[in-house]
Amino acid sequence: MEKINLTIDNRNVEIPKGSTILEAANSVGIRIPTLCHMKLHDLCYENQPGACRICVVEVDGRRNLAPACKTECTANMVIKTHTPRVLNARRTVMELILSNHPNECLTCSKNGYCDLQSVAHDLGIREIRYKGEISKFTPDISPSIVRNMDKCIMCRRCEEACNTIQSVGALSAINRGFEAVVGTAFGRDISGSTCTYCGQCVAICPTGALEERTHIDEVLAALANPSKKVVVQTAPAVRVALGKDFGYEPGSDVTGKMVSALRQLGFDYVFDTDFAADLTIMEEGTELLGRIKEFLAGNEEVKLPLMTSCCPGWVSFMEQHYPDMLDNLSTAKSPQQMFGAIAKNYFAPIAGVDRKDLVVVSIMPCVAKKFECGREEFAVDGDADVNYSLTTRELAHLIRYANIDFNHLIEGDFDAPLGESTGASVIFGTTGGVIEAAVRTAYEVHTGKPLPKVDFQELRGFEGIRSATIDFEGVKLNIGIAHGLANARKLVEEAKAGKSPFHAIEVMACPGGCIGGGGQPFHRGDMEVLRKRQAALYCADSAKELRKSHENPFIISLYKEFLGEPNNELAHSLLHTHYHDRKVVICCTDKEKK
Amino acid sequence: MENKICMPKCKVEEIQGICREFNNDPGELINILHRTQSLLGYLPMEVQEVIAEEINIPAAKIYGVVTFYSYFTMLPKGKYPISICMGTACYVRGAEKVLDEFKRQLGIGVGETTDDGLFSIDCLRCVGACGLAPVVTIGSKVYGRLAPEKVRDVLSDYYLREG
Repeated sequence: MEKINLTIDNRNVEIPKGSTILEAANSVGIRIPTLCHMKLHDLCYENQPGACRICVVEVDGRRNLAPACKTECTANMVIKTHTPRVLNARRTVMELILSNHPNECLTCSKNGYCDLQSVAHDLGIREIRYKGEISKFTPDISPSIVRNMDKCIMCRRCEEACNTIQSVGALSAINRGFEAVVGTAFGRDISGSTCTYCGQCVAICPTGALEERTHIDEVLAALANPSKKVVVQTAPAVRVALGKDFGYEPGSDVTGKMVSALRQLGFDYVFDTDFAADLTIMEEGTELLGRIKEFLAGNEEVKLPLMTSCCPGWVSFMEQHYPDMLDNLSTAKSPQQMFGAIAKNYFAPIAGVDRKDLVVVSIMPCVAKKFECGREEFAVDGDADVNYSLTTRELAHLIRYANIDFNHLIEGDFDAPLGESTGASVIFGTTGGVIEAAVRTAYEVHTGKPLPKVDFQELRGFEGIRSATIDFEGVKLNIGIAHGLANARKLVEEAKAGKSPFHAIEVMACPGGCIGGGGQPFHRGDMEVLRKRQAALYCADSAKELRKSHENPFIISLYKEFLGEPNNELAHSLLHTHYHDRKVVICCTDKEKK
Repeated sequence: MENKICMPKCKVEEIQGICREFNNDPGELINILHRTQSLLGYLPMEVQEVIAEEINIPAAKIYGVVTFYSYFTMLPKGKYPISICMGTACYVRGAEKVLDEFKRQLGIGVGETTDDGLFSIDCLRCVGACGLAPVVTIGSKVYGRLAPEKVRDVLSDYYLREG
């Protein structure tokens, strides 16, 4: 690749031709502030509308200041990033942004995590010289996401994520001038839009404009209520991300401390969603083998490819965009909901409590899980199987509320029986993990022989769409994997056209899978954070003695004592679900309406 | 979520026809919206949903375009749409007083339509007839040097026409 030389702040920089000033500066450790810009190269996410103008720099020979994120370097360019003129311009830009921003940092949920706040701090803003009209939008509160558009700075990262990465198209810039805002079609509430609650908009919002709907107070109340038994389940991706809030390196596995923290918070039983992930594999794997057997027997009606159903953002996407393909979704509930069903129907009687007095809390890397646990089909007489779902970020807040010195906790172990899990379940947290776990079990169940190797490197990675063929002793299973809904859409379109080469497809709505979920500590555009979280999950998998879901002794005894066989009637009533057509349809009426 | 949009079949087909004339090309969205608005007079939510479905782009994107350009409207215009020029020349020659008189006579504000559906009021910037300032257009008819006192007479012509 052709390289060019230029000077930034009196330092010589050599960079590939075509780089922006921002990239050139970053390559030598010069940190130019940005707000709207965000680039996640591996995920093909690039938001550089050049809208905020906070990254301006001085270029010799150029009359006006140049936005570093949008300006391509030329050979021998001389750039200065912190002259009085530059700093003055940045401060002016920041003051103008802040002149229409609610000054409520102390009570804002993003306090301490806000990009706008930290850039304002770095620029040393001490007064806002501009006074004017302030935007007034009504907060839009949905089961998963809350939109406070007064705090929107029109960086349009969310619009880019919603449309390009996710192809959901719920958000768009609407109106113009002072009225301009990122909103939904026809100004509907987010819950009335095509939003899937994937939460990627929340994950990358630089301010408090987009946040999760919090349920911390409800959980604190349940913990303080002596007539309730409160159990908690933690999703696989939480344990490798939570540490970030307590100063740990990205990707540190803090499972033991997390368990101790939850116990100290007062949860009566600390269980693991991983247990339910093993259960999911039993049900979904059996379903997959069943469909393939029928297909091989010549039944052309059987719906293939079978698509995974663990991810609630993905399920909503299918319900809203491809209702005619819902039969391809596995009927297996997600691990969160399988856990809830087992906790309320199996564990509650064992613990000697009525299901209504057993409060099930989940800790998820996800905001869509909040919507999922509130779905009608997951409740019995109004009592939800999972009562509250908290994000990883909310758990970090809870830990601080409870005055817990997280870093010095002694590592604890999950409680039995719903805390035992295998390596197969822990990789559910990354793209490729669910299908790898399914393959491990399906192979052994189908062939009756032990796997020659447990690790399926061919299913791992970060490419948006991946595929592999696994040989089940003569039966070749074609597997597709997609993460990010725009990638998933391609595989669904292919299947819809009857051209899918796959028997099974794994989809996770968030880029990277749950490790990059909308409820995780913010990655701030740093791809390394996701890589390290992924590596930590594979590491936790290989450290486990048992690495196949069907070897989990508690799963074996659960079937033996309670459920019977996978996919039987009881398993179906507790562990499987159905889906709804939620697509907007145009109905033609015959006559002109007056 | 209300996921049913009901519209007369003939209207849906007309809108689909316009989209197909432009090969259902999302890049032609503005032209499609122009043609649709000239056919129907306005672009209500249902119409935008039909276009979204037909050219396969999110309804939010279409709504974004419709709300960005002041030419597009989601509210039906009157049978006789009144546009008062607020360009510099017209403004200094008393366009605002003319506007106020129209508002007073019709009992509606800018961007609104009378209950009988006859008149709607909008403002625009310069119709290129500054020599005739202040200028008002009603439908395709242009009224020059329109003093506030003449507004009542102008309107009564239309009321007479309607019987």
